[in-house]
Parts: sequence; C-alpha cells; structure tokens
Amino acid sequence: MLVHSPRARGLVHAGFALVVLPVFALPFAVVFAASFSTNWSGALPSGPTSEHYATVTSGDALDALTTSLLTAAAASLIALVVGTWAAIVVHRMTRLRRLTDSLFMLPVAVPSVVVGLALLVAFSRPPVLLNGTPSIVVMAHAVLVTGFAYQSVAAALLRLNPVYEQSAASLGASPTYVMWHVKLPLLLPSLSGATALCFALSMGELSATMMLYPPDWLPLPVAIYAATNRGLVFIGSAQAVLLMTTTLLVLLLLNRLRNRASYR
Amino acid sequence: MAYGATTVLDSLDLTLLPGEVMALLGPSGSGKTTALRAVAGFATPAHGRVYIGGEDVTGLPPHRRGIGMVVQQYALFPHMRVSDNVAFGLRAHKTPRAEIPARVREALRMTGMEDFARRYPRELSGGQQQRVAIARALAIRPRVLLLDEPLSALDAQLRSGMLAELARLHRELPDVSILYVTHDQVEALTLADRIAVMRDARLVSCGTPQELYREPGNDFTATFLGGANLLPVVVRAHAPDGRAEVDHHGTTLLVTAPEIVSPGVDVLACIRPHHLSLTEQPTGNGLRGRVAELQWRGATHRLYLDLGPETLVVDVAELRDPPRVGDTVTVTFAPQDAVLLPDKPGDDLPTSPVQRAGRVR
Repeated sequence: MLVHSPRARGLVHAGFALVVLPVFALPFAVVFAASFSTNWSGALPSGPTSEHYATVTSGDALDALTTSLLTAAAASLIALVVGTWAAIVVHRMTRLRRLTDSLFMLPVAVPSVVVGLALLVAFSRPPVLLNGTPSIVVMAHAVLVTGFAYQSVAAALLRLNPVYEQSAASLGASPTYVMWHVKLPLLLPSLSGATALCFALSMGELSATMMLYPPDWLPLPVAIYAATNRGLVFIGSAQAVLLMTTTLLVLLLLNRLRNRASYR
Repeated sequence: MAYGATTVLDSLDLTLLPGEVMALLGPSGSGKTTALRAVAGFATPAHGRVYIGGEDVTGLPPHRRGIGMVVQQYALFPHMRVSDNVAFGLRAHKTPRAEIPARVREALRMTGMEDFARRYPRELSGGQQQRVAIARALAIRPRVLLLDEPLSALDAQLRSGMLAELARLHRELPDVSILYVTHDQVEALTLADRIAVMRDARLVSCGTPQELYREPGNDFTATFLGGANLLPVVVRAHAPDGRAEVDHHGTTLLVTAPEIVSPGVDVLACIRPHHLSLTEQPTGNGLRGRVAELQWRGATHRLYLDLGPETLVVDVAELRDPPRVGDTVTVTFAPQDAVLLPDKPGDDLPTSPVQRAGRVR
C-alpha cells in the first residue's frame, strides 16, 4: 500500500466504495432484486416471489441457457485452439506477427453487428450455406473472441523464459516434443485464463447473435432481450441472474484449474 | 560470430580431448558463453565448424548433438517432479521404458539427490536444484557436458562444496568431456585440465592451469588468472638456465625468460603478490618501496608498496610486527618466480583473419 496513515487509508477506501460500488455493483443488485419481485412502482420492489425462477429454469428458457453454454463452450474451444496455434506459429516471425495481430484485432475493433452482417452475407448462399444453423452462431462467437485468446497466449509466450526450451533441446528433445511436454504445460495458466475470458465474452454476446440466430438456437442474452422487449422485466431479470450465476460458476471452475496449473 | 554489427566471438579454435575438463575463462562480454552456445547449437557461427567426436555438427539442431547442458539458472521444468526432470532427456531420446527408472536413480545417486525424487523444483534450495540440473544432463550420458556458469547463482560456501562435487563427478565419469564456462578463476584453476582464457571475443591463451599460472604469456592472463604485479623492465643480458638480467628503474633484477629476448627490448616482469617476501638484507632481487597501505586479511597481510611510478602488491603470511604506513621496506623474490611477458598486450597472439567457432573433439 502506498498510503500509510490509517485515516488516509480510510478515506481511500471510502472513495473507492463511493465510486466503484454504485457504478459496478448497484446495477447487478437492482437486477437481482427485480428477479424476485412482482411489482416495482415505489422506491423499492415489492411482492417477493421465486416464481420467475421456476419459469426460467424450465422449458424454452432453460433451453436458452443450454444453448448459451454449448455455444460458449464450442466458441471458446475453437478460439483457444486457433488463437494458441496462431500465437505459437508467428511467435518468432516479427513481420507475420504484426499482420496476425491486426487480423485478430479486426473483429474486436469493428462493431460486432458488422461481424454478424459479414457472416450473414458470406454464408447465406451455397457453396457454404450456414445461415439458419447453430454453427453460424458458434462461428460468429469464435471470430469475435479468438483475438483475446491469441493475445493472451502471445503475451505468455513472450514472457516464457527461452532457457526451458533450450535446456529441453540440449537434452535431446525435438521441437515438437518440447512443445507438448514443456511449452504447453508451462503455458497452461495462460491458456485457462484465455479460455475463461473467451467463455465470458461469448456468454454475453448479443449484437452479432441477434442477426444470425436460427429459431431453434436461441441463446440466453437474446431471450433476455426478447423478454424485456415484451415488457417482462422481472422474467428478464431472473434470466439475467441465471446467466450471471452460470458464467461465474464456470469462471470459478476455470480459475481453480488455473491455480492448480501454476507452479511458482 | 556476430549479432548485427557487433562481433561477439571473433576467433576461437579449441580442441577438447575426450574426458578432458576445459574451462573457458574470461570477464563478462568476452564471448565465452557465445562459444558455448555455438557448441550447443543455439547460435550458428558465420564461419567455421563445430565438431563433436570427429563428426561435423555445425548444421545439426541442438537436440541431435549428443550434448548435456547445465545453465546458470538451472532451468528445471517447474511442472515436473525431480524424477521426471531427470527422466526428461531419456524419454525424449526414446530410451526403452524399462531402463528409465534405473538410469534416473543412478543419475540422482551420483549427485546425492535420490531422496528428493518426488519433490517439485520449487521445493528445493538453489544448490539442490543445481544438483538436479546436473543429474538431468548426466542421465542421457552425453559425450560432452556443457556447463555455463553453473555455480554463479550459489553462495560462496555452497559453491566450494559443489566444486568438490563436480571434481568427484568427473572422476566417476572419466569419458565425459566437460566444457566449463566461468568468470571465476578459482573454479577454473580447481576443476580444469586446461584453461582457455578469452578476452574481447578472442582466445588469448590456452594451457594447463599450472602453465598459465607460472608462464601466463601475456599481461591479461597474468592479471586475470590469480592476480599479478606487472613491472615494466628493459632487457639487459641473458643469463644461464633460461634467466635474463633486466633493468627496473636502475635496479638490476634476475628473472625467468621463457623465450629468447634481445637486449634493449621493453618487456614486463610478472610477479605474483605471494611470491614476494619482506627482507632485511636483500642478497639478490630487491625492490625498495614505501608502504602506501596495509591490509590485514586474517592469514595474510597485504602491502601496497609505492615504488615510485608503480605500486607493488605484496601478500605475506600474517606478520607479528607489521610495518607501518609510510615505512620504507625491501621485498625480494626468487628468479624462478618472476617471468617475462611481452610489453604490449596481444603481441604474441595469432591474429587469424578467419573466424572460427569452438571445436570439440
């Protein structure tokens, strides 16, 4: 801590609570409160009920959660494989690395609606007809999040001490053997971090998904949007809490994996 | 060998004999680690070849060279237990699975680490990690063991212990050639069969520790290996038994001349500080000077004698009654303890225009 006197530290903490709590925590608290209400006309919601949760954990609403989980899992897996692969390939090639950096940055830099539109235009006609299938949604998510996986693996590779690789080579290990037995295990913490980031981003993706989702593949954010659009704010809130809780649970799981994978 | 416009290893032609320990000794930036990297295959020489066991390995990647390497930072794989670290090279070499446990045990026994096989590297001290790193390199039974400043990360006490261990290991493995990079002259003198002294990307001298210590051949080797007083003298005449009479500011001294030197030539007389002793009545070689500084070092006293243009460093066994600063004293030395060196550094060095990398046989 840079602040030493207890008084000053108290002030810093109070300032932090004043700024951070309202901005970051309050919206979630409001959604949480709304998910248990039937009515919100005064300052506080009223009519506590858990009925909404019964609704959102059955039928179509539950399917939406499953759809979101499957989409996020598939998209982050693709992002991890493609991003790691690309980062490893271009690691030693400075010029190619710059090109790849910007290529993977592109979907992050442009509005995701544009990415949705691009995929829609590209795959709505044969020979590759993906429009109307779940795979176009997965693909959109993968395109949007691969840049993050690539960036975190590339950064971890740069930090990786070359002495491990060299020692392994001096012991007679071929580059492939070194990759599988030394480099990837050492990168594991970064890989699980990258997976968590991709998963969280994919769970919350809305704008590209809106343009692409087929009727039988409706992810949870789209369902929340639809519910609020129809005035079902409390149902929407319950679904939002469900989305948050599930994402957080998965992130916690990945975090435990990451802690187990870090050695120093 | 060059990085950009900087030549980091200019000229080096070394032959390492089977079972020999060769120390590459030099200050930092002298190119010794680069030479080792060229032998290991992590750096490719612009000119020249690297041979291991008579085979040209210049074009081979590191993992096909049959070397074992230990680096300063140990570089144990943090995600593997000690036994898996030691087994790594064996598995990479596709050693039959049944042989691996015995070879791992053998390597750990040689380095005294058999009780730590189940530990992770982070659970070991620096010295223990270094032993495991050596065991890992030995397990693959390399033809050449490359050691890059292996002891420089250890504290002084551990270092002398490990030095003795390394000497013992070398006695147990008489067939393994060892190339040992260090900036520490004690390590080089203790372990090496031969020492190659490097400076500014060049080899300046190469020989057994005794040769280099007694007849350094040039001023750099003399001062870097053991420390030395270098007195500018002029040759007067030859004397029998490889001796020469030289003149030092009007004083005539009898010294050893390893080569024939012609009278009138400017040379340097190299005298080790501990070869000088205090005397009341000099019978032969005598140098008079004023005590400029006196240091008590426990077992020895170190005197800095002001000879006028030069300062002479003298190490003598602890004195009961040491002279005081400002006193004038006389020191003497035996003719065989003073050896002549060429005056200009690098005078006797081969200046080959062909760049060569390390050669290991």
